[in-house]
Amino acid sequence: MSLPACLLIETLLAPERAPVLTMAEWETLIGQARASQLLIRLATLLREQSLLQDIPPAPRRHLESSLRLHQRQLQAVRWEVEHLMLAFRQAEIPLVLLKGAAYAVAELPPGRCRMFSDFDVLVRRDQLERIETILMMHGWSSADQNEYDQRYYRTWMHELPPMRHILRQSVIDVHHNLIPDTARLRPDPERLLAASVPCAHRPEVRVLCGKDMILHSAVHLFHDGEFDHALRDLFDIRDLVAHFITDEDRWRALIARAEELKLSQPLHYALRYLQRTLRVNIPHAVHTVLRRNEPGKLGVGVQDSVFGRGLLPKHGSCDDRLSGLARTALYIRGHALRMPPRLLLPHLLRKALMRSNLLADPAAPRRQEPLAGAATSTAGRPRRP
Amino acid sequence: MRLQTGPFVFRINSPLPKVAESLHLLYDAFPLAEPDAFADFHVRIRISSGLRRVLRPQSIFDLDGIEPFKPLPGKQAFALLEWGMNWCIYSHAHQFLIIHGAVLEKHGRAILLPAPSGSGKSTLCAALMCRGWRLLSDELILIDPETAEIHSLCRPVSLKNRSIDVMRAFAPDALITAPIPDTSKGTVAHMRPSATSFAGIQDHALPWRVVFPRYREHSATQISPLSRADTFMRLVDNAFNYTLLGTLGFRTLARVIDRVQGLDAEYSALDDIIARLDALVAAEVAR
Repeated sequence: MSLPACLLIETLLAPERAPVLTMAEWETLIGQARASQLLIRLATLLREQSLLQDIPPAPRRHLESSLRLHQRQLQAVRWEVEHLMLAFRQAEIPLVLLKGAAYAVAELPPGRCRMFSDFDVLVRRDQLERIETILMMHGWSSADQNEYDQRYYRTWMHELPPMRHILRQSVIDVHHNLIPDTARLRPDPERLLAASVPCAHRPEVRVLCGKDMILHSAVHLFHDGEFDHALRDLFDIRDLVAHFITDEDRWRALIARAEELKLSQPLHYALRYLQRTLRVNIPHAVHTVLRRNEPGKLGVGVQDSVFGRGLLPKHGSCDDRLSGLARTALYIRGHALRMPPRLLLPHLLRKALMRSNLLADPAAPRRQEPLAGAATSTAGRPRRP
Repeated sequence: MRLQTGPFVFRINSPLPKVAESLHLLYDAFPLAEPDAFADFHVRIRISSGLRRVLRPQSIFDLDGIEPFKPLPGKQAFALLEWGMNWCIYSHAHQFLIIHGAVLEKHGRAILLPAPSGSGKSTLCAALMCRGWRLLSDELILIDPETAEIHSLCRPVSLKNRSIDVMRAFAPDALITAPIPDTSKGTVAHMRPSATSFAGIQDHALPWRVVFPRYREHSATQISPLSRADTFMRLVDNAFNYTLLGTLGFRTLARVIDRVQGLDAEYSALDDIIARLDALVAAEVAR
């Protein structure tokens, strides 16, 4: 069964189509973009190609509004990174940013068109305790977690429980690896840290090297939990590949690095769906090398059907009969990759009961009370959307 | 249903008869948007499915599948829809500087009542509307950065707890929905905007006074002027997207401050404070 068409992907791949869309199409497009957190990318792309002024005023207002939000975040990020720097300097631990924060501070292509909610940082495992203490001295704490979550994070996860700043509300996730200890894949964080590079405009802040950034993004997308920003993440990987992997030598180096870190499988997935979903040209030789990560023919069919649907915006206009099933499969897969069954079953059961409100859970949903603390947006960062 | 409320078109979808009933009661004078007009927000309010539906029904709000709020008990569906619609505006419509508060107009002069919940702002707002002031908004003050004009939303006034009975006594003819008890803000009911308010929904208004109302039992009405700096900072405290707009937010608010006088208003008798505000605007018009 072929995948449903997606107006958002078509428009992001060919923005010059945008000015001729009908109003009904614009409603669908804005809805899909909101649902998949790609509204800023859409707006940025249209602005970069000088098409924004050709868009009808009603949808254009939403695009411009998202650009304002993004502009403000970039500014807030720079400010927050300086605060983080103070803590890391005191701890004498290098500040290595991951994902969204890294793209923004290193001024990489995905950073020009994406928001993020948490600052992800990577440290050595033996530095965890010290950096946690010092971050607490600087105002970050993991107070809004219940005991179960605290224990879950500290025992099984590759990161500390999220720490929120008491005044500025910024959230830091301190990682000691890219994926949970319980997962099957085991990249070596020491090697990632050793290969990290300084940011061009802020050399004291470090980020992973280009190849590792691509691999991390791929691991995160295909091997780390839920699939909810999948399409946004795939566009990020597309930007990173286009930016860093510009010739055959670099392709070879990327493949070699993936083997070295034992991350060939996520790389294979990422490149397969870059090609299938975003029609990126991947050199034939690369596929030949990575193909041994494929399951059998039948397996590939199922895999394409499930990942293909999971990558589409979670929006009514992109759903077909199989979409719900695909999402459930991805949810279970995401968790199964993180932990063995004897941990997984009790955990999922607990989460299901909590979501049914049949088990008390004071902290888990980060969603807000309607209009709670409505105004006072004087905090350093825009409110979580 | 595609509902036009001031600058925004909402496409509202809900299978719940109670929601339809309240929408009909409160919004029946609103224009329905043209079918080919762009709907800014596709919102939905529904009851959760599965086991919960039987054990403890919950209402869920979503915008394009995004659920920004925790579900509320099923009976609070309409209140959740109203809050959800506010959220859509204040977290997306950054073409405006948005301040939490009410705004009304008379003789082309707009009074802003910025205030957090619980200050008696909505009660005063409803009372002013019942005495001939035109309602522009009860929750969200939308300021156009280009012109410093305030755009009208003209959505229902949300009344809480004691103010529901107060308004029933104050304006027996006003249309107020059946109260919804036990929400996070206590009992909530909604009051329909006046005919004058509907009629003027397209008319923007320029800010003229910023009144910070404070209800205190048995107090005599006391209106005292505020400095420009205080007024500015108090507006910032109540703004949703002042920091987000950066320089534009500052410039917009500065233009507002150039036009207005800030006032602290302590009161207990609605008729009395309304008479004082009426006198203020009459004196201004006579000049």
